[in-house]
Amino acid sequence: MSVPTTQRPTGTETATGRLGDITLLPDGIPKVTGDFAYSSDLWMDDMLWGVTLRSPHPRARVRSIDIGAALATAGVTAVLTHEDVPGSKYYGLEIADQPVLAVDEVRYTGEPVAIVAADHPETARRAAAKIVVDYEVLDPITDSRAAMSPDSPLVHATPTQDHYPGGGNILRHVRIRRGDPTLTADVVVTGEYDVGMQDQAFLGPESGLAVPAEDGGVDLFIATQWLHVDQRQVAESLGLPEDKVRLSLAGVGGAFGAREDVSMQIHACLLALRTNKPIKMVYSREESFYGHVHRHPATMRYEHGANRDGTLVYVKCEVVLDGGAYASSSPAVVSNAASFAVGPYNCDNVLIDGYILYTNNPPCGAMRGFGAVQVCFGHESQMDKLAAALGIDPVELRIHNAMAEGSLMPTGQVVEGAAPVAELLRRVKDAPLPAAAPTDSYDLRALPGGVSNTTHGEGVRRGVGYAVGFKNVGYSEGFDDFSTARVRLEVVGGELVATVHTAAAEVGQGLITVMAQIARTELGVEQVINQPADTSIGTAGSTSASRQTYCTGGAVQAACEAVRDGILAMASARGLSVEGAALRDGKIVAADGAAVASVADLLGEEIVEETREFHHRPTEPLTRDLGAPGDIGQGAAHLQFAFAAHRVVADVDVELGLVRLVEVTTAQDVGKALNPLSVVGQIQGGTTQGIGLALMEEIQVKDGKIRNPSFTDYLIPTILDTPPMQVQVLELGDPHAPYGLRGVGEPPTISSTPAVVSALRAATGRPLTRVPVRPEHITGT
Amino acid sequence: MTTLYEEIRPEPHGGIPVRRVTITVNGEKRVAEVEPRLLLAHLLRQGFKLTGTHTGCDTTNCGACTVLVDGVPAKSCTMLAVQADGHEVMTVEGLASASELHPIQEGFKDEHGLQCGFCTPGMMLTAKALLDENPDPTEDEVRWALSGNLCRCTGYQNIVKSVLWAAAKMRPAAAADQDGS
Repeated sequence: MSVPTTQRPTGTETATGRLGDITLLPDGIPKVTGDFAYSSDLWMDDMLWGVTLRSPHPRARVRSIDIGAALATAGVTAVLTHEDVPGSKYYGLEIADQPVLAVDEVRYTGEPVAIVAADHPETARRAAAKIVVDYEVLDPITDSRAAMSPDSPLVHATPTQDHYPGGGNILRHVRIRRGDPTLTADVVVTGEYDVGMQDQAFLGPESGLAVPAEDGGVDLFIATQWLHVDQRQVAESLGLPEDKVRLSLAGVGGAFGAREDVSMQIHACLLALRTNKPIKMVYSREESFYGHVHRHPATMRYEHGANRDGTLVYVKCEVVLDGGAYASSSPAVVSNAASFAVGPYNCDNVLIDGYILYTNNPPCGAMRGFGAVQVCFGHESQMDKLAAALGIDPVELRIHNAMAEGSLMPTGQVVEGAAPVAELLRRVKDAPLPAAAPTDSYDLRALPGGVSNTTHGEGVRRGVGYAVGFKNVGYSEGFDDFSTARVRLEVVGGELVATVHTAAAEVGQGLITVMAQIARTELGVEQVINQPADTSIGTAGSTSASRQTYCTGGAVQAACEAVRDGILAMASARGLSVEGAALRDGKIVAADGAAVASVADLLGEEIVEETREFHHRPTEPLTRDLGAPGDIGQGAAHLQFAFAAHRVVADVDVELGLVRLVEVTTAQDVGKALNPLSVVGQIQGGTTQGIGLALMEEIQVKDGKIRNPSFTDYLIPTILDTPPMQVQVLELGDPHAPYGLRGVGEPPTISSTPAVVSALRAATGRPLTRVPVRPEHITGT
Repeated sequence: MTTLYEEIRPEPHGGIPVRRVTITVNGEKRVAEVEPRLLLAHLLRQGFKLTGTHTGCDTTNCGACTVLVDGVPAKSCTMLAVQADGHEVMTVEGLASASELHPIQEGFKDEHGLQCGFCTPGMMLTAKALLDENPDPTEDEVRWALSGNLCRCTGYQNIVKSVLWAAAKMRPAAAADQDGS
């Protein structure tokens, strides 16, 4: 196999640290020296460049595609259309409804239509511009609520596959009914809330290198979140067996859900096999906005009924998510949105309808928080509104209704293990507040508007807001979610070395650090090597759903235990007594603490290697009997729940609608902090993405076209937008999870958005029913 | 000083005349034949194979491509290679000495100032320019200096800590240099 010259194994450097220790990233050194090879850095001397021609229309029939002029361009080696896709012409994470290259219709602006390989990226781009596509432009379907109407034209005239109850443009309708939602209550509040389309905005755009292999297969070096799900989709479209499509993880410049779906993977491999040359593809930032799915925009209608003392009597919620042109992971996102629509509160009477629609808008799918983000803005806005209607402190109202261990979800699922909703809220409420805004200082930098000199303090009000949220960890609804790990223990140069191999994608979150910590702890070894992730080992599942430490961590633990058992069996075979013994500091240590033998001496030239899978506890699909009376949408669909709460202090210029966040305080239960450094880093980074959704991040789509596909016009928080954070980490171990851990990555992104808006409401008195909040919403003009 | 010759391939059929530029990159004088429109980021990455300079946005917003030109931070995706002719450019590859990391690199590594690491080279070079000018910055001064560099992973908290850590580590050395002079 050819290996790109700049491809270096990533994360093979060793570090120290056992479980629970503050442990530095093993890839920290190459990342600070510039040696770390991101997917966009890969290079082979004989490689060609691939580019993608995309549809300028959100909905059009493709009458013909003329590639003649493009193919005749000097330097161009191949121009491919759907006719050149040898295997499945459609792909998708759950439903194969997305064309590899447009067949007879384009359904969103930016849909790939043709691909070009040339010896220079500019040549390829110029050639792509010479492809003549004859479009019959159609009126796009861009309003998700209008798309629900039976009279709406269809985005997919003949759905390729529709195994969810729905119909028309409804990709999935999740109904949850429990108890009696027709009850009356002392106080009723209703509200409509909107969430804009957020982008993951990872900094390293989509890129990869496909290298044709002598066996007729292809090797793909790629930044992704799940090597094996890419492998399956690439192989199906190439018409090759999976063992001829081998993937290796290249350096990943952030992910946040945007790398769950295939982007350029199939295209690069098609071009590599056609040209028999390595193909490099790198998206520009603009193309990246078209090249991956986004967070679903949502419209939500809520009705909460409560007794005078604040006890929730019933909650009704209708949430409509715009899925865009293709299914991606939308069916799972809407299931989550419905599951978490009430928030982490007790309520016995619920009526929830979650809809996800096909439209001609950009496809939406996974982003950190995955359906829980949208409804958290809804239910927390409602809790603020209900508190105001009842005259109860909003934190006390939340605590009064807070879910706890043993509570029931709207789906009837019992919440097992710690559910410290009240505790998290109390912690952020009791944390000391920052000093009051200075009244006698005119340091512009401390004021909303900053050095734009928009105020000297007049019109500035301070607000404090709270929110709490939760989400599932791991894949739900009966999915067999698992990971695979191989662990080898041997003596190299007189030193005991453990090697850990998985296909799990390290995307910056620090998984490889934790994997090494587990091996060090379980095997009593100092030196641990993480072998680069690739498809030569079984799947690790996706780096998403806050599941990788749980699932791949669990697999590494299981493989380590098997290796340890192998070592102990060797010792036992040599007559040593190993009953209850463990491995520590390179030795077999008996139950009474006495050293029995040196592991290195015992091993000698031998190698102990074991591969194990870790499957998390089974979950259940939600009941879907739409015709039958009684409770529906019921079932223990989720593996584990993770909770976080936020308090935000904001200064708001109510005359100009400008905001400066003063401080964010957050508390989160992580079960067990395997690496406290990464845990806090995830919480800080996740919180910041939630701040972005609250205040500035929105893909503006008009008539099916993205109007701001650049970082000039799509804003993410800078260091000045991000205030100091106080982070409190609780460790209330989950007895069902490896080491008691609870997934960490997503909860901070969920409750930070509504907490920011709650602070803005407190400062302005305005309802603020959509995010991101714009200046005109604050000023009411 | 080594002189390397790198020919950046002209436009295949454009007939655009090339210019010869001489740029001192990380202390080495390098000569290249470039089209006048070639971006400095592309010369560094594709010409000189210094891929530690990352391009994240193409529009001067994210700062991942930041390098130092005569000690001043410049976003190399919005600077032409010919504009660097006769100047000194420092990339992330020039931060460490042969034997040890620069204190700013140590700071980002040890204070967990990075996750995916894509923004890190630009962050560190901007921080270097700050610390060269202001060896004892306040937290606010660090934030203002780095306000043109985006990070999507960390929420910036540990980036501030990393720079302050490096400043503290570098100060005794700076003070000793001053005492010695």
